[in-house]
This record gives sequence, C-alpha cells and structure tokens, in this order.
Amino acid sequence: MTENKRKRQARRIIQYLPIYIMMLPGLIYLVINNILPMFGVIIAFKNLDFRKGILFSDWAGFENFRFLFASGEAFKMIRNTLGYNIVFIVLGIIMGVAVAILMNEVRSKLALKAYQTFILIPNLMSFVIISYLVYAFLAPDTGLVNNSILEPLGISGISWYTKPEYWPLILTIVNMWQSIGFTAIIYYSTIIGISTDYYEAATLDGASKWQQIKNITLPLLKPTIITLFILNVGHIFNSNFGLFYQVPRNQGMLYETTRTIDVYVYNALMNNNDYAMSSAASVFQSFVGAFTLIAANMIIRKVRPEDSLF
Amino acid sequence: MVQGKGMRILANSVLTLLAAFAILPIVLLLIGSFTDNTTALQEGFSYFPSKLSGEAYRYILDQWTTIGKGYLNTILISATGTAVSLLITAMFSYGLAIRDLPGRGIIMGILLLTMLFNGGIVSQFFVYTNFIRVKDTFFALLVPNFLLNGFNVILVSNYFRNNVFGGILEAAKIDGASEYRIFWKIAVPLSVPILATIGVMTAIGYWNDWTNGLYYLSARDGKQYYTIQLILNEINNNVNFLASRAAEMGLTLDTSSIPSTTVRMAIAFVGILPVLVAYPFFQKYFVKGISVGGLKG
Repeated sequence: MTENKRKRQARRIIQYLPIYIMMLPGLIYLVINNILPMFGVIIAFKNLDFRKGILFSDWAGFENFRFLFASGEAFKMIRNTLGYNIVFIVLGIIMGVAVAILMNEVRSKLALKAYQTFILIPNLMSFVIISYLVYAFLAPDTGLVNNSILEPLGISGISWYTKPEYWPLILTIVNMWQSIGFTAIIYYSTIIGISTDYYEAATLDGASKWQQIKNITLPLLKPTIITLFILNVGHIFNSNFGLFYQVPRNQGMLYETTRTIDVYVYNALMNNNDYAMSSAASVFQSFVGAFTLIAANMIIRKVRPEDSLF
Repeated sequence: MVQGKGMRILANSVLTLLAAFAILPIVLLLIGSFTDNTTALQEGFSYFPSKLSGEAYRYILDQWTTIGKGYLNTILISATGTAVSLLITAMFSYGLAIRDLPGRGIIMGILLLTMLFNGGIVSQFFVYTNFIRVKDTFFALLVPNFLLNGFNVILVSNYFRNNVFGGILEAAKIDGASEYRIFWKIAVPLSVPILATIGVMTAIGYWNDWTNGLYYLSARDGKQYYTIQLILNEINNNVNFLASRAAEMGLTLDTSSIPSTTVRMAIAFVGILPVLVAYPFFQKYFVKGISVGGLKG
C-alpha cells in the first residue's frame, strides 16, 4: 500500500515537474520584486550606515518615525493624501455613475462608441504628458488661461505654479479629467449586464425614465458602487504619484497643498538622500495601507462575500 | 415616450460635452506645437493662434538623434516588457490553475501576500540598487513593478480553468503530449482573448512609464536608456531648475539651453501620437481590460 502511494507521489511529481519549471520565473520575480522589499522595511528601524551595510547598521527603534512625526511635515502630507482621496472617491462615484447611466440612454451604437473612445483618451496619457497639457493652460507667461481668459477680462495673470491655494481645485479637475472615462466604463459594464426585461416591464407599467433609473439601475449598481468604494478606501493612504509630482511640477512653493506621502518619500529619498525620513514615511504608508486594505476587505466580506479580494 | 426622448437628448448633449472636454487639452497641445514660437511667447497658447509654423517639428527632425533614440528605447522596452510579462504571467497562471498541484496553496499564499502588502518604495529601491543591481541598465526599465502582478495572474488563471481546461486538454494528455506542448499548442492559443487584454494594458503601462527611469536611471550613466517619457521629464526638470535659479537671482529666464516652448509641446505630442494612432486597433481590448480589471484593480 505505502509502496503504491510512494510510487503515485513520485509519479505525480514527475508529472508536474514541467509545471513547476514553468512557474519558476514568476515565482523568482515575486520574491525579488515583492518579498525581498518586505524584509527591506527594517531600514526604517535602522540608523543606516553604508559602511556597515543595511543588515549590520545599528538599530534605531522608532527614532526615525519619531523624527518624522515631530517635523510637522507628516501631518500635512497625510492630510493631503487623505483629503484628496476622499474628494476623488466621492466625485468618482457621483460622476462615474452619472456618466454610465447617460451612456446607457444612448441608442446609436456609433455615437456610443465615439463617446467611449473620446472619454477614455486621457487614460492613455502618461502624467509627464499630462503635465505638459496642464502647463499649456497654466504657464504664467505662455499659458492659455492667463493670456486668453484672464487678460481679456481685465484680470492680471496669476502665477499658478507659486500659489498653493488654487491647486486643490486644479488637481481635482485634472484627476477627474483623467479618470472619469475609466470609472464610467466600469459602472457601464455593470449596467449593460442588467436584464432588459426589468426596463420593459417598467415601461409597460408606465414608469418614467427617472423612476426606472431610481428603482432599477441604481439598486442594481449598488453592489458595484460599494465594492469600488471599499476598495478605494483600502488604498486611501496611497496617492497617484504622477498626478501629485508631475502636474504641480514638483514645485516646493506648492507643497502645502500638493505634497502627498508618495511625493514626500520620493523627494526625501532621491533629492535629499534622507533615508531615515523617507523609509519611515514609506514604511508607515505600507503598514497603515495594508491595515486599511485588510479592514476594507473584511467589510466587503460581510457585505458582499463574492466580491472580497481574499 | 416623450420623456425617453428628452433623456436621450440630455444624454447625447452631456456626453458630447464630456468627449470635447476630454480631447480639447490634447488639441491645444497639437495647435500649440504648430504655433509660431514668437507668437506663443507674445499671445500665449491659443486654439486660434495668429501665426502658425512648422518650426518646432523641423527642430525635432534636426535633433532626431536624441528624440529618435528615445522613441527607439520606448518601442524596445514596450515590446520586450510586454512579451516577457505575458510569458511569465501565462506560465505562472497555468500552474496555478491546476487545482491538485502539490504546493499550490503555498504559492497562492505568496501571491496573495504580495497583493496585500508591499514593502514600500524605499525598501524596493534598496533591493534594486543593492541586491539586484538594475541601476543604469536596460533592466532598470524592464524589471521593477511591471513584469507580473497578482491580479493579472488570477485573471488568466481563472480563464485557463474555465475556458481551457477539460476536453481537448485531457485528450492531448491521453495522447501523450508533453506539458510544454500542451501549454504552447493548446492552452496559449485558446487564451488569446485574455492574453491580448492584459497584453494591451501591460504595453500601455510600459509605454507611459517614467517612474522606473526616475528611480533607477541616473542622468549621468543611464541616459542612453532614456525613453520619450524620460526625455520629456528631463526637459521639465531643466525648465524648473532654470526658472527657480532665475527667480533666486532676480534674472530673466535664460532659456537658450532648453528647447523652446513650442518645441516642448511638439515633443510631447510626438510622444502620444503612436498611442493615439494605434488606439482604434486596441480599443476593444483596452475597454475590456478596464471592465474586467477595474473592479479588483
């Protein structure tokens, strides 16, 4: 019996050996790209000294974190990260659902395809390119806004890239411009999955369009809205580095309202070589981020078990 | 039905406005790149410039060694990255799709862990600069972040299990075909729809990426690998640097060492042109990628 079992086991491993070999590159990549950096979080607890190397540098305990939070910069970047995310999540739901519902009302296939094509184009652009687009509008000397809008109105040009108070609005507009097509398509793909029977029955009963939207479309969209909402909340400590780094052109004078955790980490690491602060901020973001993602997933599992991530 | 018609008119008008809102900035970029440079400096960028000129594009042609090199690098990295990523992802997902694979639970656990937790950019930076040294090589653009992601693996692996495994595959096994043969000759051809979808998303990701270069290519030793995005990023940095220096010293901006403002617009437009031209051909997969990927991405 055991003889047989061992034989079977051996046969299975030989049978699956090619499979393991095929999986090996992916597995090695996950170890390099994802698992090794997980151990790298110890940098945040070290007093990094390159002569001793990362592993043998002295432990610093929570000193790096203490410095980070004592500096007062931590508060602002966390406030910015959370603040923008809250605005983006709320606007994303409202506008995304609205655009998806409108798409569903278009009868012409050609027109629908044209709308989808156009509103997705911003999603194809890198944020470097988007920073050029924004600069064409906002450059103090050659920008369209100062030259063709404000000047004819008799208002003197605004130095956009030195005035932080305008940037919450600018970044929100740019973010919506770039992401609205993407969000709307997700909701739209749920709507087209709704059976037309519901709408036909409602029309026969004399329900108005608005009543159909309120009583059929929105309730059936609710699960998608909730899932997307919770997933976004799970990423609330992350920000779109491109949006906050490229679009304000990394201008120090704008940091008050444009610097998120990701922008801070980049500048501290690459421009100031401040390993203590950058690793503390980065590791803080990872841990708190993982915590919110797990919490968000637990909520999904309660509300819609089939949509939970894990 | 009158109400239905009203709704339709509303939908079409709002969506037309949105479509215009989406592309008008890109139109400004295009017109800006064709504006006469002196006109741009005097009147600013405008949808109706008083003088047009092809000067900016002539400059680009003159400077083609730099910009052409950037283009070539972009194409090279997008093609290599997409091919390698698809291969690794398909092979990995194929194994993961086999339910009774010994050790599958552990591998799945590792995959989920990577989707849930990351060590952050600083520790990743140290891994790629101290342990696996990719700095200032072609691998700097290729390896970090993009080759394999958990979500794609789960997507492809589900596709294998639902649409590929069973019937023909079992028949081929009984006929004694090797696992490699089955993977290449049956599983891969049958999963072209999902591979095309994630392939398009990966290709766009590589084409548009500038973050890997920002972290892992230095201006001194990594410049020969600069893609079009990184060239644009470098121009931005130079403009910012000169502007801040000029402000500090109370001088007017000396822009002689950087491309003129219309040339910068032209380079940016040249950077997005291939994507726009190819867009109609991959749009189907792009939309599909968003609707399958959006929910859990």
